[in-house]
Amino acid sequence: MTSTEIETKDTAIPTRRVTVTVNGEKRAADVEPRLLLAHLLRQGLGLTGTHVGCDTTNCGACTVLYDGAPVKSCTMLAVQADGHEVTTVEGLGTPSELDPVQEGFVAEHGLQCGFCTPGMMLAARALLDRNPDPTEDDIRWGLSGNLCRCTGYQNIVKAVLWAADKERTGDPDS
Amino acid sequence: MYPSRFRYEAPRSLDEALALLAEHGDEAKILAGGQSLVPMMKLRFAAPGVLVDINGIAGLGFHEETAGGGLRVGALCRHVDLEHSTVLPGAQPTMAAAAPLVADPIVRTRGTLVGSLCHADPQGDWASVMLALGGSVVAVSPRGRRTIPVGEFVVGTFQNALEHDEIVVEAVVPAAQGARAGSYLKLERRVGDFATAGVAMALESVGGQILRAGIALTGVGPATIAATEAAEALVGASLDPDVIDRAAELAAAAARPRTDHRGSADYKRHVVATFVRRMLTAERAPAGAAA
Repeated sequence: MTSTEIETKDTAIPTRRVTVTVNGEKRAADVEPRLLLAHLLRQGLGLTGTHVGCDTTNCGACTVLYDGAPVKSCTMLAVQADGHEVTTVEGLGTPSELDPVQEGFVAEHGLQCGFCTPGMMLAARALLDRNPDPTEDDIRWGLSGNLCRCTGYQNIVKAVLWAADKERTGDPDS
Repeated sequence: MYPSRFRYEAPRSLDEALALLAEHGDEAKILAGGQSLVPMMKLRFAAPGVLVDINGIAGLGFHEETAGGGLRVGALCRHVDLEHSTVLPGAQPTMAAAAPLVADPIVRTRGTLVGSLCHADPQGDWASVMLALGGSVVAVSPRGRRTIPVGEFVVGTFQNALEHDEIVVEAVVPAAQGARAGSYLKLERRVGDFATAGVAMALESVGGQILRAGIALTGVGPATIAATEAAEALVGASLDPDVIDRAAELAAAAARPRTDHRGSADYKRHVVATFVRRMLTAERAPAGAAA
């Protein structure tokens, strides 16, 4: 277990020790209650794959899985993750063994600038966990909490369809 | 953006939560889904001194049918639970229509119906739905338990009728008089945006006779609006085109929209009338409960 202290200047509000299972590894940190989950991940734990875009609960770039469900990590407090499991894009797959969603984004060129991609892929992972055989409509609807300013979404939808095909049939080009 | 500093408490029981509210009074704020509260705290529109996180309290995540077509929704029942509910389809058409339209799919995994009612945002979908259904909330405090009709609970923009030591533990839809029909329609520029206009419609009828009607409006006034006259025009009536037109006109007249970047006031009234007409016309179809 590694421990991290997030900088605090005001001593009136005590920090709290939180223990969060991040990408399968228990991590501990002392945090101010107002620290956002996104900042614990990025600054506290160095997991900068979680991007902060709008910072106002709109764009979904900061989406992570919280006990398996997609959440906007700019809209949760780090203290709320105490005792819970968080999956970030760093935990979705490994370079040698990508998650099918990641493979799909590669195969179908599901990104341009890449800023929205981590959140988009985690939202897609959660979507496929709930619905392994989504229609194009299901995917567009299911990813509607994640904004992309580059792609026009077309290749993102294709990427998720690719991943769904691979997971169901083993052959994404079928 | 960071919220102002606050003290964080995570009670494990309702009694602990109530004790914290009693101790901290109006400095304390309940955190449930947090999908409105946390953004407001980050923008410094809200700066509670103490945040009482109720997510660790067991037994509040339920939603269940009650006798006669009623429903209870616990304080930690998330929008997503209602969106994928097996209880709502057929039994609660207005709620089933609204659930997938609340915010966006990611926000729906955290946000709660009860939290939405308590937040009392005039843009909130659930307040309209519950108002149309004649619903209420159940609040507990050290002084006991009381039931507050949603029409009295939502008292203004971001204002509810709770005392500082009260917690809403559930929302309640009363039993229906006969078969339920209804829907929820919302116009938004994109998913997750505030509504340009929304309309909740709830009908209860026996043998084609409408015994109770509720119509409520989202995002077209300083608070959720009950279109009472429009609803009354439907009670005892059959859904003929002139009745539908009358209800649509009365609902539009009840709206108090402001011209803004989402559209002019006239346009929003027009949307309200169109939604009312569309929903009632759908209910006229032979398969509809009110036909």
